[in-house]
Amino acid sequence: MTQLLQKELDKLKNQLLTLSAVVEEAVRKASQSLETFDAVIARQVIGADQQINQMEVELEEECLKVLALHQPVAIDLRYIVAVLKINNDLERIGDLASNIAERALTLAGEARITPPFDCARMADKAQTMLNKSLDCLVQMDIRLARQVLKLDDEIDQQHRENFGLIKDQIRLQPEKIDALSQYLTVSRHLERIADLATNIAEDVYYMIEGEIVRHTSSWCNGAPDNN
Amino acid sequence: MNEQPNAGAAPVIDAQKVNFYYGNSQALHHISLSFPRRQVTALIGPSGCGKSTFLRCLNRMNDLVDGARVEGKILLGDIDINSSAMDVIELRRRVGMVFQKSNPFPKSIYENVIYGLRIAGVRDKATLDEAVEHSLKGAALWDEVKDRLQESALGMSGGQQQRLCIARAIAVNPEVILMDEPCSALDPKSTARVEELIGELRQDYTIIIVTHNMQQAARVSDHTAFLYEGLLVEYGLTKKIFMKPKNKKTEDYITGRFG
Repeated sequence: MTQLLQKELDKLKNQLLTLSAVVEEAVRKASQSLETFDAVIARQVIGADQQINQMEVELEEECLKVLALHQPVAIDLRYIVAVLKINNDLERIGDLASNIAERALTLAGEARITPPFDCARMADKAQTMLNKSLDCLVQMDIRLARQVLKLDDEIDQQHRENFGLIKDQIRLQPEKIDALSQYLTVSRHLERIADLATNIAEDVYYMIEGEIVRHTSSWCNGAPDNN
Repeated sequence: MNEQPNAGAAPVIDAQKVNFYYGNSQALHHISLSFPRRQVTALIGPSGCGKSTFLRCLNRMNDLVDGARVEGKILLGDIDINSSAMDVIELRRRVGMVFQKSNPFPKSIYENVIYGLRIAGVRDKATLDEAVEHSLKGAALWDEVKDRLQESALGMSGGQQQRLCIARAIAVNPEVILMDEPCSALDPKSTARVEELIGELRQDYTIIIVTHNMQQAARVSDHTAFLYEGLLVEYGLTKKIFMKPKNKKTEDYITGRFG
């Protein structure tokens, strides 16, 4: 019975990692299309969203099947619950990547402006967070989860600054409000991607420690681990 | 380890450093466990871990085993059940037992329920009638058998027989009911009925159940103790044990990785 369950759990993990890879690629390309105004790449990202949605549904169905047929407990139960939630987070990250790609398409069709903030740097940071949160899933390492949380504070701060920068630019060049508002959306979406990466790290923390740490900050301050 | 979730409430049974030997072979090592009043405690662990042996220590069922020897204290209230201050018949009235296989006597349903009372010398018909109704209702059997109390208990289904044994146990008004795999010979429907019954009985009695069925332990108990090779490995709230046990061995056992 255990071997049967273990096989199912391995299968869930493979599906989740495949989905992660597709989503990471979507975020990477979305940011690339934003920098280069490359419509072809942007359309690839938008096209990938459907594939991501499909994968999310399949993974959720697998999780529900394993829950119903094996009634797992303890680490196995926490694992599947974490997979279900991470699955959902990844799908939403896919949506945000697709939306960023749509902003890139719109910006590509308009008169170019100098980006009001350092898009590439912020996108890099969001990708690093996503990358680390998925690494901490693969390696079951809560230290990586803590690093993700620290980076999230930096991105939040950057988003707040961007908001101010964009407002200033709108005052200075009101005729460019359309393009500037696209950038505001981009900044918000990158900040949301970072939030979802944080959720993934928190779900991994739950899987390992059995403790729900959302809406608390104590766990990221390097508090001594129980184990 | 040994988290005592109900440290505040006085336990009904308090086992302290119990060692148990079958001849030269030690089956239990320093088991300390206390059982909170009107709660269900499940004892789990692989075959041979000592959980049934420990259960049987609690009303001295092991007295009947040649070469059996117990050390440590098992307090029922404030009396050590192995001391001369404890009358063993009184002990078994206060700490009743239901076994793996239902074992009704070859008598009527009525006589089965009041067997303990008859032994204790109760003769008054009204008292006995009342005990039968109360016990059968308590065992969720009354509606099914009230019109055939004088028929043989052996004509009942397996699930009904097991509930009859529970009725027989509660007829003598015990404080604690020990259950040694009470559902292992029952089909899923009868099992569900007995599990519901355990949920009702915990309003009035302290229940200690040994089960091989982990899901059953998870469903019916408030606290769970995991025993392995005669040692208490972990004790805690059932929801804790099944969501995030502290001990790796417990986790491996309940997730089916060994045992």
